[in-house]
This record gives sequence, structure tokens and C-alpha cells, in this order.
Amino acid sequence: MATIHVDGRDYEVQPTDNLLHACLSHGLDIPYFCWHPALGSVGACRQCAVKEFRGEDDRAGRIVMSCMTPAADGTRLSIAEAEAVAFRKSIIEWLMTNHPHDCPVCEEGGECHLQDMTLMTGHSYRRYRFTKRTYRNQYLGPFVGHEMNRCIACYRCVRFYRDYAGGRDLDVYAAHNHVYFGRHEDGVLESEFSGNLVEVCPTGVFTDRTLANVYTRKWDLKGAPSVCVHCGLGCNTIPNARYGEVRRILNRYNGEVNRYFLCDRGRFGYGFVNGPKRIRRPLLAQDDGAAEPVAPTVALGRWASLLRDGRAIGIGSPRASLEANFALRALVGPERFHAGVADAEGRLLETVVAILRDGPAPAASLRQAEDSDAVLVLGEDAPNTAPRLALTLRQAVRRAAFALAEQQKIPHWQDAAVRDAGRDVRSPLVIATPDATRLDDIAMATLRGAPDDIARLGFAIAHAIDPAAPAVEGLTESAREQAERFAALLQAAARPLVVSGYGSGGEAVIRAAANVAQALRRTGRDARIVLTVPECNSLGLALMGGAPLSAAHAALRDGRARTLIVLENDLYRRADRASVDAMLGAAEHVVVLDHTLNETAYHADIVIPAGTFVEADGTFISNEGRAQRFFQLIVAEDGVKESWRWLNEAARAAGKSNARWDTLDDLITALGEQLPALAAIRDAAPAADFRIAGNRIRSAPHRYSGRTAIHADLTVHEPKPPQNPDAPYTNSMEGYYGRMPPALYPFFWAPSWNSVQALNKFQDEVGGALHGGDPGVRVIEPRPGADSDYAQEIPRPFARRDGEWLVVPQYRVFGSEELSALAAAVAERVTGPSLGLNPEDAAMLAVVDGDAVALELGGASHVLSAQIRPALPRGVAALSIGLPGLPAVALPAWARILPAPPELRT
Amino acid sequence: MLSALRTLWLTFLHLFHRRETIRYPEQKPYLAPRYRGRIILSRDPDGEERCVSCYLCAVACPVDCISLQKTAEDGRWYPEFFRINFSRCIFCGYCEEACPTYAIQLTPDFEMSEYERRNLVYEKEDLLISGTGKYPGYSFYRVSGLAIPGKDKGEAEGEEPPVDVKGLLP
Ligand code: SF4
Ligand code: SF4
Ligand code: SF4
Ligand code: SF4
Ligand code: FES
Repeated sequence: MATIHVDGRDYEVQPTDNLLHACLSHGLDIPYFCWHPALGSVGACRQCAVKEFRGEDDRAGRIVMSCMTPAADGTRLSIAEAEAVAFRKSIIEWLMTNHPHDCPVCEEGGECHLQDMTLMTGHSYRRYRFTKRTYRNQYLGPFVGHEMNRCIACYRCVRFYRDYAGGRDLDVYAAHNHVYFGRHEDGVLESEFSGNLVEVCPTGVFTDRTLANVYTRKWDLKGAPSVCVHCGLGCNTIPNARYGEVRRILNRYNGEVNRYFLCDRGRFGYGFVNGPKRIRRPLLAQDDGAAEPVAPTVALGRWASLLRDGRAIGIGSPRASLEANFALRALVGPERFHAGVADAEGRLLETVVAILRDGPAPAASLRQAEDSDAVLVLGEDAPNTAPRLALTLRQAVRRAAFALAEQQKIPHWQDAAVRDAGRDVRSPLVIATPDATRLDDIAMATLRGAPDDIARLGFAIAHAIDPAAPAVEGLTESAREQAERFAALLQAAARPLVVSGYGSGGEAVIRAAANVAQALRRTGRDARIVLTVPECNSLGLALMGGAPLSAAHAALRDGRARTLIVLENDLYRRADRASVDAMLGAAEHVVVLDHTLNETAYHADIVIPAGTFVEADGTFISNEGRAQRFFQLIVAEDGVKESWRWLNEAARAAGKSNARWDTLDDLITALGEQLPALAAIRDAAPAADFRIAGNRIRSAPHRYSGRTAIHADLTVHEPKPPQNPDAPYTNSMEGYYGRMPPALYPFFWAPSWNSVQALNKFQDEVGGALHGGDPGVRVIEPRPGADSDYAQEIPRPFARRDGEWLVVPQYRVFGSEELSALAAAVAERVTGPSLGLNPEDAAMLAVVDGDAVALELGGASHVLSAQIRPALPRGVAALSIGLPGLPAVALPAWARILPAPPELRT
Repeated sequence: MLSALRTLWLTFLHLFHRRETIRYPEQKPYLAPRYRGRIILSRDPDGEERCVSCYLCAVACPVDCISLQKTAEDGRWYPEFFRINFSRCIFCGYCEEACPTYAIQLTPDFEMSEYERRNLVYEKEDLLISGTGKYPGYSFYRVSGLAIPGKDKGEAEGEEPPVDVKGLLP
């Protein structure tokens, strides 16, 4: 700790920080632009000037940039000193000479860092009377808008996009005061992290296009803490709503998880909530097969009559909350509850749970992953399966650069200097996947192979680290040497990390990853493991348990069950068409609870309108084992209700005594009693009766406007806003806002800080944990002293087959995930289904890139467009999966591939 | 006693003062142009809607009686709907103060009584007039940086032509 003296007061600070960081951490206000807590300092904007004095007798002092000056012990500085104040004011005045007269028509207005800083410095009158520079804008795709006139040349955008996120297609062009931030030509921004530009840019140059169509100012947007539903990482988000409609997703800082950034799937995938296929009222199938909207009581009455004979079974869902799954489980009985995932995926998830529970390597949070100084990726194409993790790994490889900088006495926040010093050094990242990944550019080594070969490499590395781990038979000399080399890299690291997961296409790969982590632990390394899971609550569902999907089919076929209740799940994404058809056909009655019409819903007798993540409260468990609560943002006034509440009402209507709770907290208590392993989810967030000074927390900013006019076209009597009984929020601007338990922040705002950078005021230290600790509770930790046995089953080496290919899954960041693909903006980025082939294999089949090929798999033939993937090993084909219009297939699997018959080529 | 007499006397004197009360409604009082009565939305000199749907009037309104939604056409921002609940409005004029485009203006008309409260809810069609109101010359888009049909980048007042990003000349 060091002491600095700021305007006559003493503050305890970290000497390794810079003055700006240190002062902001203590709640002092210094204007700034180019510095960003995750990007470091470059000293480009000159806005953060303060006066530094050499000692008590130094009266003159000198102007320094606080972001470029270390917070060394004994530093004396003044923020309020007249010359510093004047300096900062004139800097803003210069930045503003070319600034357009745009605030009223600027999407940044009201949450603009430039507006905030202009006010803070007191620049209120424009003296400059000459012409302004202008630019032409570019089309950057469906996510991000561009209005270059507003740029103040802080360089944050390119520093984030290129240096931090590894993007290539955004850069700075032109010279002197003409610098231009954009692409070399109009076109879609390639990086899957482009949406962060909206929050990173301190002005209105880059704005959220999905919001622009229904633009609303920040002060009019209600918020609620939420959790991303588009992959298993559980990034924290704040969805914003106005007029009962979600209009954007903002990042919600969680120091252990997503920190400052989201991926574009998470940020722009929310569109499904407002989609045309939303189910808003209960539907009842009529005799002629058509579905008619009915009153809730009618639907419940019919449903209750089906429940009374006690022969109902339920299928849960990895995209529904723990609470909804538990309510279904309670309604039908634990032994009649089925996990709604493909059997193979269910086994894979069980393996993941076993690995995380038996240890010895604990799961890494994203922050811990970022701190790793050597990473082995086995089978996982992170940019497509768990995008935010890929961004994390990009930072992990910089550990070596930071270490080198430290040796050279360069502070870690001196961004340009650290990057210069570490230009050629990277911490080891080894990526072994079937196909090329978008992380390969930073990898020390990349290996391509079939899943079994990747697993063998993993097992070999584990054996090389700890000879007690099983050895791999029949390894070539070079493969053994390679494994030993990688083993040495991991052993040389202080905090090695192993990454694998559902994208790897097989349990063997995951077990191999576990062996490596275990071997590292046994040999005394502080190793951690990241295992990705496909959906937002995959791990929660796995922890809850449930019979496999095939058991549900069997029960229906044998007549042990008559009614099938499907919770938020499109079964056609879980198993092949024939078996789902057979299962639904075998059920006498099908009840579907979901928010969006899907194929399964078309087979239902009763369709119940379930709430999405914005119309419900609940808990998801992320791949790390972190239970995180999401809160209701929109209290729907039509038929839409939380799934657990519908299930609860069905239980009451059927006169059942189980599955009956009045509030979410009652349900969570019951869940904790019946499933002690999940009891800790109660601590994920405060209960609904939580109050601060007797007040609920307000979900709308204090200047939420228009409340006596919003409904005036319908009624002038100003109906009381509906109240959510399950959360400690008001549904209006009345209530408390200020420091609160960190899981509850519905938005971030502080006086004078209207932009997202208000966050500084809510952290212990800028860039550190939120006041009161980062939200979420870990429900899986390795048992103390746990040390399970090594996995022993090592697969045989991959052998090509004549006329057959091993089809492995190829995930797409846009398209493979069900819900985001329904969002209009994301749908624009989804490209058609394809089959990746090695060039030589393609030549053998006489197909070129884009040709139609027929894939004969699981008794069906699918016509796909061939994609030449030079990195794919021969004999392996990569099938894009999860895309709309592609059937569900269990992969990896062997299949025949033929050039498509001419009549099918288009 | 004395004060009662004085009061009577003063009241008596009022008989000879100039009369302030007028015979409304036959006779109309004079109201200054800046009187704060019924609110209108004006148009710019080109006849286009002035309101750019910036929400500043709505946020300035102390009784929150303005509600609107932005939409856009060819880059120009408009309110998709614009509603004022005059049964709540206190005619403080803050909306006019806040408006960066002179779109929203208070007028010297106060005769808007209704028997039904809901008839005091005015929508954009009821608010929009065809003229410029108090500020005849002002057009926001002539000074803002947004490109709209008929005014490309660099064509607003005081703007240079767009930068050629490939040029390296000083
Ligand atoms: S970037 Fe900020 S200051 Fe500039 S026009 Fe937009 S809101 Fe106004
Ligand atoms: S576009 Fe935004 S982030 Fe980039 S330099 Fe300009 S103001 Fe800074
Ligand atoms: S990485 Fe996953 S959880 Fe995070 S924002 Fe993207 S889709 Fe959502
Ligand atoms: S302040 Fe003026 S321009 Fe802005 S929304 Fe109101 S009327 Fe329209
Ligand atoms: S923030 Fe310090 S110079 Fe920009």
C-alpha cells in the first residue's frame, strides 16, 4: 500500500496502479476518455490532467496525465488546482470544435461519456466559430451503427477491437485531424465481440442498431439483473425495456465472470423475446387440429383433468430455470422427470459434473482463466461454442508479456509499452481441435485431428506429466515427443488451465482433459479446468438429475405414461425426427410450456405461454457451477407467466398437494430441502422480502418519463404498475437506488456519471469486485482432499474408412444456438448449413467449395453445401449443427457423403 | 370600529377604479405571445415536422405527461406517436425550454375544457400545426451532422465537405 495526497487529503492506494485508477477507486472524479480499466492507459486524449507537486514546498507543480503517472508512495497531486481545471476544460473545448450538433438525434445522448465529461469540466459555451470536419459513415452490419462525425479520436475502439479482441477488420485510417475509425470498406464487422464497441466508445460513433429501431433514452429504460441465456458461460447482463418490450442488452459487470464484455450472441440475441412466434395466450388443439386461444382457466382445467390419473411424465429443459425444472419434477414426481437433452449429451454432462465434483482440479471462473499462464484447449472451438471464453483466452496469452514488462519495470497498465515489450512473447496456448479456430492466430501450437486422436494427445500429455496416469498405447515417436513438449509447457506454468467441453464431440476428450488437469494437480501445480456446456442451465439440469430422454419414450410406448409435459424444450432439437415423432405419437396427450412456437408445440394438445428470461425470475447454473439469479424485467399483463407458476397452478387445479408454492422463495426453499446439493442457490441473491430502509429497489431510473401519459390513450386513470411478488423490486421509479447487494443492480448510474462508466462507483476498486463481492454462488467445488482415479479408457487411434466419413459437429456462434437464431439481427448473420471437407476428400468426391453434397446419416439424406476446410483431417467431415432447418443428429457419427444428384444442385 | 369603516371606504372607492374583469367569453383578454397555454408541435421552414423525438421534453416534464416513441425515415428522426395528457399538464413550459429544435411550443390558447377527462389526451395529430410558430427561421437539420434526404454529409451550416480518408495531404 502507498499513500498519496490529493488536494490535502491522504488516500491509501496500490502503488502498482496509476493515479487515475487510484483516484477513481476512491470515488474522486477525474475526467478521462482514452483510459479504460480493461484496456489500460495510452495517454492519447490528455483529458485526465492533474497537477503533481514535488513536495510540500512545491507551489508551482506541473501538469501530468493521471492515467500515465504511477501512484507512487507520497505522490502529491491536485485535481482542483486552477491550472489543471483550466487545462482539462480547454482539452474538451478542443475535442468539441468539430463535434456535430447531434445530441438530440444521437443514440448516445443521456448516457454519453462525452456529455458527462463536458459537464464535469465545465465547458458550457462554444467559442469556436469556424467550420467543422465531417465524415461519411459505413454500413457495419446488423449489430452496430456508425456515425463518424462524433468521434473524438480516443482510439478506444481500435484498441479494443484489434488489440484486445483480435479483430482485423476495424482500423484507423487517414492522418492528422482526419483520422477515421472504420473498416477498409462498408461491410459486416467480423468479430463476434463487435457489440462491445457500443459500450467502449465514449461517444455516439458506435451505437446499438437493435436499439436504434425502437430507440429509447437510458433514463426511460427499466432494467433488471439478468443472466445470458445463449450459452453455458452465464455472462451477467442487464436487459432494458420500455413499453413492455425488451430493447437491448447491456453488459452487467461481474468481476469473476464476464467483467466488461459480452459476445454479440449474448448482446443481440434477445430479439426472440419480441419475436412474431411468441406464445402469448394458452392454446388448445381443436378436433380439426387447429389451435385456438383459450382463457387460462380453460387451459388449466383441461390440463388438470389430464393430471388426475397420475400417469403424466415430464421432460425438463437446459434452457429453463432450475425453479421451472424443479416445479415440473415436483408435479410429475422425481422418477417421472426426464432431462430434456439427448441421451449422449446427458452422459456428457454427467461426466462434466463428476469431473468438477471429484476434482482435484476446480473449475476456473473466467477471471481465473484469464489469469492462467499456460492453456491447453482440447477439442473445443471456443469462439463458436463459448464465445466470451475465447476473449478471455486472448488475454490469458498475454501473461508472459505482463511478466516480461514487470521484469523491465513497466507497469501493467502502460498498455502501449507492455504491448511493445511483449510483442513476440505469448504464454503458451495449445489448441487441438478437428478444424481451424479463430484463436489459432495466438496459439503457440495448433494440432488437427479427429476427436479420438485429440483425446489420445490429452491422455499422452497427462501421462507425460504424471507417469501414474495411464499411458497411451501405440503412440508414434513424434506424437510422444509432442505430448512431452506440451506437458513441459504446462508444468512450467504457475497457473495452467485445461479447456474442453461439449464442442469437443466426445466424452473421451473431456476425460483426457480431466486427466491432464488432475496430473498437473497431483504434481503440485495450481491447475484449473474449464469445461463448457451447451446451454444456460445445462449444468443445473444435470445437477438436478432426471431419467434420459429415451426413458420417456419407453414409458410412453409401454403405456406407463399417457400424458407428456414438455417444459421449454423443442424435442426436435434433441433427437432425430423419427424418434421424436414416435415419442409424441405414443403420448395420448402432450402439454407444452414454452415461450415461442416450435415444432414440438405444433404437436401439443395444450400450449401454455411461458415467460422468457425477462418475464420470469429464476436461477441458472453456469458451466463454472455458479448459480446466478435472473430477475423479472417485464411483468407481462397478457397470459404470459413463469413456467413454475403455471406448473404450480396446474397442481392446484388438479388438487395435488405437491408442487404448490406461493412465491419463488418458497419454491427455492423446497428445492433446497429436496436437493441439498442445490440448497446454496438460495444465496444467489436476496429474497423477495429484502428491503433497504424499508424500501424495495426501483427498476426504473429516477427520471423515468411519461408515466402519466404512457397509458393515457387507453385510460386516464393511471393504473398502478403491476408488482412482481417474487423479487424485491418496484416496477417503477419509486424505491431505493444506491449501494445494494451486488446481485441486485438493475442499472448502473451515479450522479454526473450517466454512461456505462458509472460502474466505477460500484466497485471496491476500479476493475475489481463489485461492492459486497461478485454475484453468484459456486455450487460445485471439488470435495476437500478429493482425488479421484485417472480415467483409463483411452480410445484407439482414428482410422479412416473407405467411402465413409467421421462427421464431427461444427458449431457456429450465430445460428447454432436456438434462441438467438430467432432474433432478427442475429438471423441476418446466420449462414446456411454446410459440410466441411478436407480438400483432398473434396477432390476425391469431385466437389468444390459451395457444391451441394448429400450426407447420408442416421437413415436420412441431407443436402448441404460443401465447404472446403484445409485444416480438417482427411476422413473427417464437419457438419454445421443446430442451424434452423437442419435435423438433430447425434455426433460424432460415421456417414456416407456423395456429390448431390444434379437435380438437387441449385 | 375604525378599521371596519376604513374597509367600507376602500371598497367604496373601488367603484371608481378601472375595471379588470372582462366579459369573458364574449370579450377575450389580451395574452402575450409567450403566454403558456395549449401546447403545439410546430414544423420547420420546409414544412417538415420539427420534432426529432429526442425525449428531452418528456424528461423535463415535472408531471411526466408527455410520452412518445422515436422512429426514423431516411435518417430523419420522428416521433412515431407523441402524446400529451393535458389533464395532467401544469403548463410550466419546461418542455419548451428543453426542446432543442423549437418543435414544442406553448401558445396563448387556454380554452381547452372538456367534460370527459380522456378528451384531454392529445396525440400527435392533435398537436401538430402547419406553421413554424414562434421561431420562424430555425431548422435543426440545417445545423446537425446527420445526413437526411436533400442534405448530405458536409452540407449543413458551417460544415466542411466529408474527409477523403485515403488522402494524405496535410
Ligand atoms: S456523442 Fe455525446 S456529445 Fe456527441 S452528439 Fe452524441 S450524445 Fe451528444
Ligand atoms: S470511434 Fe469512439 S472509441 Fe473510436 S476513437 Fe472515436 S470516439 Fe474513440
Ligand atoms: S459468451 Fe455465452 S453467456 Fe456470454 S454473452 Fe456470449 S452467449 Fe452469452
Ligand atoms: S424536446 Fe422537442 S424535439 Fe425533443 S421530443 Fe420534445 S418536442 Fe420533440
Ligand atoms: S485518460 Fe489519460 S490521457 Fe486519456
